[in-house]
Amino acid sequence: MSQRTVTPPPRSGGPFGGGGGPMGGLQGVSDAKAQDFRGSLKRFGARLRPERIVVIFVIVLAVASVFLAVLGPKILGNATNLIFEGFISSKLPAGVTQAQAVAGLQAAGQTDQAQMVASMNLTPGQGVDFTALAQVLALATLVYVLSSVLSWAQNYLMAGVTQRTIYRLREDVDSKLGRLPLRYFDSSSRGDVLSRVTNDIDNISMTLQQTLTQLITAVLTVVGVLGMMFWISPLLATISLLTVPLSFVVTMVIAKRSQPHFIAQWKWTGQLNGHVEETYSGHDLVKVFGHRAKSIADFDVANERMYESSFKAQFISGIIQPALTVISNINYVLIAVIGGMQVATGAMSLGDVQAFIQYSRQFTMPITQIAGVANILQSGIASAERVFELLDQEEETPDPDPAARIEDIEGRIAFEDVDFRYLEDTPLIEDFNLAVDPGEIVAIVGPTGAGKTTLVNLLMRFYDVDSGRILIDGVPTTTMTRDDVRRTFGMVLQDTWLFEGTIRENIAYGDATATPEDVEAAARAARVDHFVRTLPEGYETMLTEGASNISAGERQLLTIARAFLADPAILILDEATSSVDTRTEVLIQQAMAALRHDRTSFVIAHRLSTIRNADVIVVLERGRIVEQGDHEALIAARGAYYRLYRSQFENPDEALDA
Amino acid sequence: MGELFVTYLRPHWRVLILIAFLLLIQAIANLYLPSLNADIINNGVVTGDTAYILRVGGLMLLISVLLGFASVITVYFSARTSMRFGRDVRGDIFRKVEGFSLSQMHAFGVPSLITRNTNDVQQLQMLVMVGLTMMVLAPITAIGGIFMATRENLQLSALLFVTVPLMIAVIGYMVFRAVPLFRAMQVKIDRVNGVLRENLAGIRVIRAFVRTEHEEARFADANADLTDTALKVTRLFALIMPTLMLIMNLTIVAVIWFGGHLVSDGSMPIGNLFAFQSYIMQILFSVMMAVMTMMMVPRAAASAERIQAVLQATPEIGEPARAHEEPLPRIGRIELREVEFRYPGAQDSVLQKVSFTLEPGTTTAIVGGTGSGKSTLVNLLPRLLDVTGGQVLIDGVDVRDIPLEKLWDLFGIVPQRGFLFGGTIASNVRFGNPDATDEEVLDALTVAQAREFVDLLPEGIEAEVDQGGVNLSGGQRQRLAMARCIVRDPLIYLFDDSFSALDYTTDARLRAALAERTQDRTVVIVAQRISTIIDADRIVVMDGGQVVGIGTHDQLIDECEAYQQIVSSQVALEDVR
Repeated sequence: MSQRTVTPPPRSGGPFGGGGGPMGGLQGVSDAKAQDFRGSLKRFGARLRPERIVVIFVIVLAVASVFLAVLGPKILGNATNLIFEGFISSKLPAGVTQAQAVAGLQAAGQTDQAQMVASMNLTPGQGVDFTALAQVLALATLVYVLSSVLSWAQNYLMAGVTQRTIYRLREDVDSKLGRLPLRYFDSSSRGDVLSRVTNDIDNISMTLQQTLTQLITAVLTVVGVLGMMFWISPLLATISLLTVPLSFVVTMVIAKRSQPHFIAQWKWTGQLNGHVEETYSGHDLVKVFGHRAKSIADFDVANERMYESSFKAQFISGIIQPALTVISNINYVLIAVIGGMQVATGAMSLGDVQAFIQYSRQFTMPITQIAGVANILQSGIASAERVFELLDQEEETPDPDPAARIEDIEGRIAFEDVDFRYLEDTPLIEDFNLAVDPGEIVAIVGPTGAGKTTLVNLLMRFYDVDSGRILIDGVPTTTMTRDDVRRTFGMVLQDTWLFEGTIRENIAYGDATATPEDVEAAARAARVDHFVRTLPEGYETMLTEGASNISAGERQLLTIARAFLADPAILILDEATSSVDTRTEVLIQQAMAALRHDRTSFVIAHRLSTIRNADVIVVLERGRIVEQGDHEALIAARGAYYRLYRSQFENPDEALDA
Repeated sequence: MGELFVTYLRPHWRVLILIAFLLLIQAIANLYLPSLNADIINNGVVTGDTAYILRVGGLMLLISVLLGFASVITVYFSARTSMRFGRDVRGDIFRKVEGFSLSQMHAFGVPSLITRNTNDVQQLQMLVMVGLTMMVLAPITAIGGIFMATRENLQLSALLFVTVPLMIAVIGYMVFRAVPLFRAMQVKIDRVNGVLRENLAGIRVIRAFVRTEHEEARFADANADLTDTALKVTRLFALIMPTLMLIMNLTIVAVIWFGGHLVSDGSMPIGNLFAFQSYIMQILFSVMMAVMTMMMVPRAAASAERIQAVLQATPEIGEPARAHEEPLPRIGRIELREVEFRYPGAQDSVLQKVSFTLEPGTTTAIVGGTGSGKSTLVNLLPRLLDVTGGQVLIDGVDVRDIPLEKLWDLFGIVPQRGFLFGGTIASNVRFGNPDATDEEVLDALTVAQAREFVDLLPEGIEAEVDQGGVNLSGGQRQRLAMARCIVRDPLIYLFDDSFSALDYTTDARLRAALAERTQDRTVVIVAQRISTIIDADRIVVMDGGQVVGIGTHDQLIDECEAYQQIVSSQVALEDVR
């Protein structure tokens, strides 16, 4: 099965960098598209339900804040009017009434000016009314301060909403992982699962933070500003309205034309990165097999294509901003000109025109924001979909209640007529029967793929049998809880799993109640105590992820110590010693022998020397037991075991004959 | 970082000047529009001269269109320049790394090199793009705006001395608090993801030791920690925009108040008051833009440093200064003379005074414990590493005097992990010999004992192989790696512990088939398994970087203690005497 990893490129979020933000340009998100956008969007919206009260409150705050922000320019417009009126009035002779001044102008043939003065509210010769101005400006200050406070409160609360939602999502995913059967993990690419629980959730988090608040505020602002504009002057508003659809159309058209280039860019980026990864990982192969020149040539091709597509993508999408600016400026010019003429003929006040200009400026940002949000939302919902897929996976069958328990396990194991297969059409284990007495050592051998690790999977109930039963001390494992079944066994795997923690913590992993003495006793039993003491920090030494600061052999010994501490009734040793050197090998063998003492053990290994000492050897071939017995008996039988054993030492020609 | 930019942007100097010029035009145009508006008000509205209004309006329209053209051309050239920058840097990094030695690769680390060649270049590229637009335009506009404002009215401009520093202070403070928090958040994200990664890798162990609850608690802890910090960061950000908007708005209020006085006593024409407002807005907005884009610089500087580290490294293994001119005799005799190898700065050498000769037509096995130096030895032969003392000679010529491609032509290697490239089975096998026919490919697969699974695949040799070969098992990968080497039919075969992934029967059969093919070749096998080496013509036993025994199996089992130890750890000694 293919194990392609789909990793969305990590997003460059940052305080002020990253897509969107003040620059407002479209940065072309990855081509990940949601398969069911509406459905996933709805489902994602449902995840916000626990926060609905806060969200409603936030919307209320947003409405109030935007309302005030929109009011601001109008109030400043009034202030402007006061100044303008004061200015005009100072050019008129004092002591005359307004009506007289108007009449005077008309008589002089300046009808436009007469109309303008008539439409104003002034006292000739008075000059600017600073008291009134002060009052208006104080009101404006209050409005702006209030608007900012509300806006801040809105953002503050929204931050809580988004973070809590993401927190819950992560929690749900993690607990889901604990309930999924091993089958899911074995059949999925690890990179893919990892990507879903990390990259995709990070993507969702970023999307949520960037879209939610922006969207609410932007939409409200557009509505509010439009409303104000119509109230002030339907004529100018209509002109401005022409620019709105024009802006949208321009943005959509240009974005669409840039999209194929962004897709090409992502494609070539993926190719290039893949090539780099491969070449660097297989560096010595590339050199010695003489592929250096070709490798560079292939790189250059991909590099050039990537350059071409990203250049076009950036250029075309980069046109959006200037285009919108041109539209906005033309709008500005039209308003300045037409508005100016309206003021000259007294049809509008100067303050209103200036306010209008302010509003049209306030218009463009929300529109670009809304367009940008649509893109980010696409990518975010696509990620949400992938996470939901994980959450929808089928879980393990629940443990029986009440469950059977075994006090004082003796260590008797029985397989009865067990059938099992991973895939429908690939039979693996059929009619398997085995009886193991307490304290016996069972060695399981056979060529690769013969079902050895499968037996382990079944014993530990990592997978359940298709038919038949497995019994511990006569009790079927399916009647016990999985945890109890697993506590019965101690595993030392070929793949040593040690986590980032101290050596002490790692050894004590098998038993949370272990004392330091217990830990050291286990380490001594595992022949690793001496080694730990040679380390500068001894048992408190931190192991790095994947435990790379100690050798493979020493890792093995630590996992054996861990098994010692857990003190299980039955032991499973799975190909534990294949990757070690001689001296450590000896230590490990001694440690394992000590571990096995008086315990029922299942040993799966390639080293036939380990197997020689077993009580029972079970030889598997294609999932079937073909032989059972001890070493001498099986050698005498001249069967599959004999063949396997001989192939290790004799002349290869003889092995072929056998 | 500066040098990087200078080196890669210098070729584009003409375009850069053009861009600077265009940005200047844009800044001027942006500042000119409001002053034209002021004229409209002063000379058109107040006097009622509608013709004037229309005329000036037309001029404004023209300037807007001009501005549009200028921006588009700027975008074209800055996109082109920045993307070219990225392309050129990427190409140079790749070429550099291709020439690295094995130890240089390990010194940097393959994942780190990949990141440097991809993500880090991306960071810089974006910085150049933004730099050529925003980061230059903003300061020019700000300065131009300040110029226009002060020219307009000095007194009112004094306001700027208050608001601009205030804005910078606010942003500066936010950044000062935000950046460390943001870095902490990144660490915590890594921690959460790290726990998840560990849980996925060790799922069997976690369930076997019944520790699922413990792991979930560990995760919950990391999750809560992350959310806590993320909340702090986002709440901090919540403050920024409202505060900045407030500062801008209150500045306008102040401008109107003080400006009103100036208009009233006649020192400022009314239209200019509005132009002034525009200048202020543009100045403040530009300052904000300039500071915010400055934020990209530290991150990009870190990337630049990482890139420079690669570009400035000198390849350890290069072409010979004076190449051996004559064609090589191609016999295949390899001599190691007093070979020593020590990693730079290491206290102990990995290899000490190793001397022996490998004859053509023989199979030599090299055994020893971990850390005995056997893999290093094998890497010295094709110059994946260079000796720090002594010599490696092939047919009498020091390998350092042979042109690299010619040297590599002599070898075929099968390293420990079967690494395959994305493509098909056929393409992977042909990696060893691009001219191989289908028959030759199939033949190599037969020798490598790989036919039995390749024949079962529906597409046969055209079956897909994923990057790294992850859709095949370890044994299958190893056999394909063998086929790759076999199809090449080199003079010298190097097997670095390549048989361990195979089971005993396959191992035996493969070596038998191989023996037929390599009768007059030089074969070197590094191995752990006794059964693999027991039939070698010669066995070299290594311990602690030195040769402690050379001979056949029968000789060594009697005479060499180290060899006896190795053997006895795997089988009973009686069985093999």
